Amino acid sequence: MEPLTSKKKVLEQKPLTFAERMYLPAIAKGMAITISHFFKKEATIRYPEVEREFSTNFRGMHSLKRDEEGKERCTACGLCALSCPAEAITMIAAERKPEEKDLYREEKYASVYEINMLRCIFCGLCEEACPKEAIYLDGPIVPADYLRKDFIYGKDKLVEQPLNK
Amino acid sequence: MTTSIFYFVATLSIIFSLMVIFAKNPVHSVLYLIVTFFTFTVHYILLNAQFLAVVNFIVYMGAIMVLFLFVLMLLNLNKDNEPLKSTLIKVVGVIAGCCLLVTLAGALKATAISDPVVLRNPNLGLVKNLGKELFGPFMLPFELCSILLLSAMVGAILLTKKEKV
Amino acid sequence: MDIAFVIEKFVLVAIIFGISLVIAMYSTYAERKVAAFLQDRLGPDRAGPFGILQPLADGLKMFMKEEIIPTNASKWLFMIGPGLAMLTACIGTAVIPWGSAITIGDRVIPLQVTDINVGILYIFGVVSLGVYGVMIGGWASNNKYSLLSAIRAASQNISYEIAMGLSIIALLLVTGSMSLKEIVEGQHGWHWNVLYQPVGFILFMVCAFAETNRAPFDLPECETELIGGYHTEYSSMKLGFYLFAEYINMFVSAAVMATLYFGGYNYPGMDWVLANTGAVIGPLIGVGVFFIKIFAFIFFFMWVRWTIPRFRYDQLMHLGWKVLIPLAIANIVVTSVVIAVIEGF
Repeated sequence: MEPLTSKKKVLEQKPLTFAERMYLPAIAKGMAITISHFFKKEATIRYPEVEREFSTNFRGMHSLKRDEEGKERCTACGLCALSCPAEAITMIAAERKPEEKDLYREEKYASVYEINMLRCIFCGLCEEACPKEAIYLDGPIVPADYLRKDFIYGKDKLVEQPLNK
Repeated sequence: MTTSIFYFVATLSIIFSLMVIFAKNPVHSVLYLIVTFFTFTVHYILLNAQFLAVVNFIVYMGAIMVLFLFVLMLLNLNKDNEPLKSTLIKVVGVIAGCCLLVTLAGALKATAISDPVVLRNPNLGLVKNLGKELFGPFMLPFELCSILLLSAMVGAILLTKKEKV
Repeated sequence: MDIAFVIEKFVLVAIIFGISLVIAMYSTYAERKVAAFLQDRLGPDRAGPFGILQPLADGLKMFMKEEIIPTNASKWLFMIGPGLAMLTACIGTAVIPWGSAITIGDRVIPLQVTDINVGILYIFGVVSLGVYGVMIGGWASNNKYSLLSAIRAASQNISYEIAMGLSIIALLLVTGSMSLKEIVEGQHGWHWNVLYQPVGFILFMVCAFAETNRAPFDLPECETELIGGYHTEYSSMKLGFYLFAEYINMFVSAAVMATLYFGGYNYPGMDWVLANTGAVIGPLIGVGVFFIKIFAFIFFFMWVRWTIPRFRYDQLMHLGWKVLIPLAIANIVVTSVVIAVIEGF
């Protein structure tokens, strides 16, 4: 049969020469390779104490941002929930009361904001959809847990800590 | 001291040799045989025959009995697949046993009248002296023995080889 | 035989036993560390600083595990197996000379439990007995994989014992004695036997690898084919005994190799050191040198294990019968001819 490509290579198996059948030179060569690795720097990162640096466009856990005065930016417009392909985001909107003026930036805010981390695929579409620059996927890796209900993150876990505290 | 040790070990050797015969399981029987050989090693040490003791230890306990055990483990002897013995074989067995008994009784009677052999050199069993004896006065019988062993080995290999057509 | 002699020997035996157990314990740790370093990893480093408490944690785990004896196993033999493996591993240390004699006051204490004049053969016998632990354990488990592994162990040990014995004969031609003490004293300073018997040493070392069931000859516990090998059915401390026995064997064979071929407690310049340090410190320095050699061999065992892949069974037998034994016989012939020529027939 005519070969389709010119990449075919016929391997010729020659019988081993006496030096090759001696084993010992080959063994010495292998041992030299392994001992050279003995002195190389180990690739391990001691995880809980040391963490590997993420790349700049890494998408981790979500955080809901505050503005310069420490007010929550989210206005509960629902665009993030709409854009989410995994339907992981739910929210309930509420109206801001006069005494809560330094807590929320707009008159409307999210009283409940939940992301189901088991559904989330970390695509970053919510980040892109947000008109108020309120949500970013800039956190660490979402930690493991035992129960499904513990993966539904509310505002207590999502909202960024105020700057001055 | 030595006499009491001798009687103790001698009793043990007799007990274990009896166990070899009476053990139902062939593997147990071989294991008892190994212990019997071990008591023989102790006897050799009591006789100040260190070389014989160690050789008995290595060759009989360490090599030959391992091969015995090896074969028995592979055979997997059970009561179910024990071959039926014909009456003829049983009769022959009884006659052979009686012959052995008569020979043993005769040998025992012969030793009773002969004087016990006293070694001129009590350190004959040490390696150096034994070697000098074997390769000095007993050179010819020693070499003949080795040729006998060699021919046995060649014969065994020849038996396992199939006849070339 | 005075009472002081008995106490002295008892203390010596206790110390050697303790040392060999501790070394076996830390060999498990060292094995994991060496493996890690050779593979650019860290190894165990959580239990204690640098993970040095790891062997204790492992031992505790072994003790706390449930002990299982299979229903169809032969109960007594199943229990004797690991004990026998451990026993034969430990008694090999009895004839190894750990150092030259220490003099305290007017009492001379030899650092060797007993110096029998067939020392090498004794070691050899103990090694050949070591296979019973594996065989009995493997057969008593009543498991086909254990049995296959036990049979492999037996045939491997018997095959390599022959080559080992032949390589020792060439050594005996050079040293002219079977007592380990005399062999070591014949290698005073730098006159190590490895310089006179390089081929014999390589043969002996390869056989030692095979006898201790270490990689690349670890066919009896070849995981890919035989599950766990002869200790498939074992659990708890009985399994621990088997694993421990392997490391003690490694320690003993490292000590034997250092004694026979690498001068034991001898080192270049030892006369000067002995003359200047006194009758207690001087011999102890020799013991230290001996242990450095042993550790170097143990490291070598591990280095080989993490470099060379396992042999196939027919390759193992081919190497043993068709390569090592003829080489060993040739070595004996060459050695005896050279000795005959030097001594002028």
